[in-house]
Amino acid sequence: MLEQQLLNALTLGSVYALFALGFTLVFGVLAVINLAHGAVFMVGSYAALAMVSHLNAPLWVAMLGAMLGSGIVGLLVDVLILKPLRARNAPHLAPMIATIGVGIMLTSSAQGLFGAEVLRFPEDILPAGEFLVGDVHVRALEIAIVAIAFLLMAVLFVTLKRTQLGRALRAIAESPKAAYLLGINVEGLFHVTSFVTAALGGIAGVLIGLNFNAITPQMGQPMLHKGIAVIILGGMGDIRGALIGGLFLGFAEVISKAYLSSQMGDAVAFGLLFLILLVRPSGLFGRKLERKA
Amino acid sequence: MSAANLLSIRHVGKHFGGLHVLQDVSFEVPAGSIYGLIGPNGAGKTTVFNLITGLLTPSAGSIDFQGASLIGQQAHQITHRGIARTFQNIRIFKEMDLLENVMVGMHEHLNYGPLALLLNSGACRAAEKRARERALELLSWVGLDHKADMLADNLSYGDQRKLEFARALATEPKLLLLDEPVAGMNPSEKTILMEEINNIRNRGYGVFMIEHDMRFVMGLCDRIAVLNFGRIIAEGTPDEVRNNPEVIEAYLGKEDAA
Repeated sequence: MLEQQLLNALTLGSVYALFALGFTLVFGVLAVINLAHGAVFMVGSYAALAMVSHLNAPLWVAMLGAMLGSGIVGLLVDVLILKPLRARNAPHLAPMIATIGVGIMLTSSAQGLFGAEVLRFPEDILPAGEFLVGDVHVRALEIAIVAIAFLLMAVLFVTLKRTQLGRALRAIAESPKAAYLLGINVEGLFHVTSFVTAALGGIAGVLIGLNFNAITPQMGQPMLHKGIAVIILGGMGDIRGALIGGLFLGFAEVISKAYLSSQMGDAVAFGLLFLILLVRPSGLFGRKLERKA
Repeated sequence: MSAANLLSIRHVGKHFGGLHVLQDVSFEVPAGSIYGLIGPNGAGKTTVFNLITGLLTPSAGSIDFQGASLIGQQAHQITHRGIARTFQNIRIFKEMDLLENVMVGMHEHLNYGPLALLLNSGACRAAEKRARERALELLSWVGLDHKADMLADNLSYGDQRKLEFARALATEPKLLLLDEPVAGMNPSEKTILMEEINNIRNRGYGVFMIEHDMRFVMGLCDRIAVLNFGRIIAEGTPDEVRNNPEVIEAYLGKEDAA
């Protein structure tokens, strides 16, 4: 029983981490709390569903398509909304409010296009295998979800840590002005970051949609709240923090649902987050972030 | 246009609304020399740097680098043309080690995309290795190579300045702009830095600095321009400037009295 729940928690937690990673990276590089990230997550799952059911695409193609589609949405948000605000030196709240608007637009567009009811992937497209490890039922789908989430996170970690692109992004996170004057095309990397983080949000949407096999226009909203909680818990802008925080929230949620109250799992998980913040107000990996213009 | 001049600033003006920060500023920075811009606080010195590096656009006049205009170019494009700068208040990347700080400066020369990374990781690894070696070499120029793996946040103030030099040199500039390089330094740090800057010039870089410390400027610069209330009031060798009555009245006189 416990092992079964731990597997559920790992599956859920790895997707939370993937979602939160994009969220925290946008904050680190663009200094924007992107409240459209939940809606982009939802767009990803509808994009994959549309490709599977209307184009008969295989699931892996639909996943790539969903990343591309949600990535383009993220890029458009940056080019059409965040960039003009940057050019006008808008105060910090303006882009945040603007992304709330984007989120609402995307959610109601999805409702208009696909309806408000719960949609599902056709059963025959899901990886069907299921096997017993000890007395734990392991679905091939869960293995795939965890593997994809960790693979993408590993690629992101290595890129940030070991490549010039990653160094440039970390430089921007500390001081966009210094980065600019060292010859880095900061605007260009804002676009890259917006695309990549939205693509990660979109694939997270596909993975959650597959895991519960339920897709609704509203599915981004609880995810957004969890994402915010995770990056605050991990320390704003810190990618290790997003990973640890995402896994933590997955475990807290699943374990409290299983052993405390199936109705109040989220309440317990978020209560626990609050307690941690009382002890470490700037998050697990939080430093006092000082960012110069 | 003289080929020996790296940077030509002609009749440059800058106003913010009705406030005229710079008026009719003209001077030439020769190649292979150390040029100084001095003047009282608020005279507009840092504005001159911001205009050259593309953070601000002049309201009037022209700025040419190696015979071609810089006006309308973005900051990163100007860096690619060969101008690098350090800041009055240090802006090193504190959460990176020294080597990474310098490698960030090599961006233009090390700018393989993520696709290249996937398709041809061998070439990328080679480029990374070359960049790493070059970064170590630049760190050794300022005597910091033995601290390459240290987090930049842990450096002393003087060392942070040196790291900023190495990082600026990593952009492979022809002209290095230094904004108050010795601000906040103690006398022995200043003396060491003076040598470093001389060494940088001797390696063929042009150096253009803003500085308050008179002993430092007079001892190091080949030529000096004096800015007061947004206008150039004197230009010449340190001796010429030192003996210019207008300068003594506007600036040095006050310094001596202080």
